[in-house]
Amino acid sequence: MQITLNGDRYELGAPMTVSRLLARLDVDPRRVAVEHNLVVVKRAAYASTTVQAGDTVEIVNFVGGG
Amino acid sequence: MGNDALVIAGKTFSSRLIVGTGKYASHEVMRRAHEASGAELVTVAVRRVNLADRGRGSLLDFIDTNRVALLPNTAGCRTADEAVRTARLGREAGLSAWVKLEVIGDERTLFPDNEGLVEATRILVKEGFVVLPYTNDDPVTCRKLEDAGAAAVMPLGAPIGSGLGIQNPNNIRIIREFAGVPVIVDAGVGTASDAAVAMELGVDGVLMNTAIAGARDPVAMAEAMKLAAAAGRRAHLAGRIARRRYATASSPADGLISV
Repeated sequence: MQITLNGDRYELGAPMTVSRLLARLDVDPRRVAVEHNLVVVKRAAYASTTVQAGDTVEIVNFVGGG
Repeated sequence: MGNDALVIAGKTFSSRLIVGTGKYASHEVMRRAHEASGAELVTVAVRRVNLADRGRGSLLDFIDTNRVALLPNTAGCRTADEAVRTARLGREAGLSAWVKLEVIGDERTLFPDNEGLVEATRILVKEGFVVLPYTNDDPVTCRKLEDAGAAAVMPLGAPIGSGLGIQNPNNIRIIREFAGVPVIVDAGVGTASDAAVAMELGVDGVLMNTAIAGARDPVAMAEAMKLAAAAGRRAHLAGRIARRRYATASSPADGLISV
């Protein structure tokens, strides 16, 4: 199954929670924010939010800016 | 001068300088420049995590969040909708409801889209955000933003990154006169005198990124900006003399020796 991850197609294999997705991507959950189908996922909900086929996920962090 | 603090949305800052985190040669130079600037509020941008390259150290490792507060921006957003989504992500990433709101209406000038800015301000204020919009130097737009619930208004001095200085000091002065919230001049500062001019106009603070990060010596420029903002603020509070067309002698006219 595929999702759209940060604008690109991404092969997920099977549905999984946001927590598992972040672990698989080697992303520190304390340093990012996640949007799932245009809705921000609270950190407390990472383990209970499941990413399904066709979903759109954005993972962002802070970078330098003015 | 000790109690001349900047207060935005009930939060007190002893520095009237707000600085950015972009365009530095390294995170370490940025860290030293921030320290030299004395700023207690620093802007950051919200961008997609680079999933292909997880190696680089995080920006946040070089910001002492015990000393400074983060101000996530919505730079690059072109619609109210994009800006609102970005602000929500910034809040989740930074665990603070403060946002420097940008809705850009033109790519070459990076001038704001006033309608989108007011709309996004309204939405975010309803969601509990402390909204600091980057706006045109237009008193009417600033009033609309304040009516929409903005915690401060941040008119540009000149286009972002241009270093042209305060292009319309009269408008900035009028904005300060009209506004019931803090006014922060955001963008356009090129060198220390520009920051001093902004503060002398009576605004409450000045925000800059490129003027420091792009200087040959960013750490020294950061200190210059700190001094300039403080000097401009003191001059404003001291009350400058009136401008006159002709000279008025500083030395007595009487008692001159006769030749």
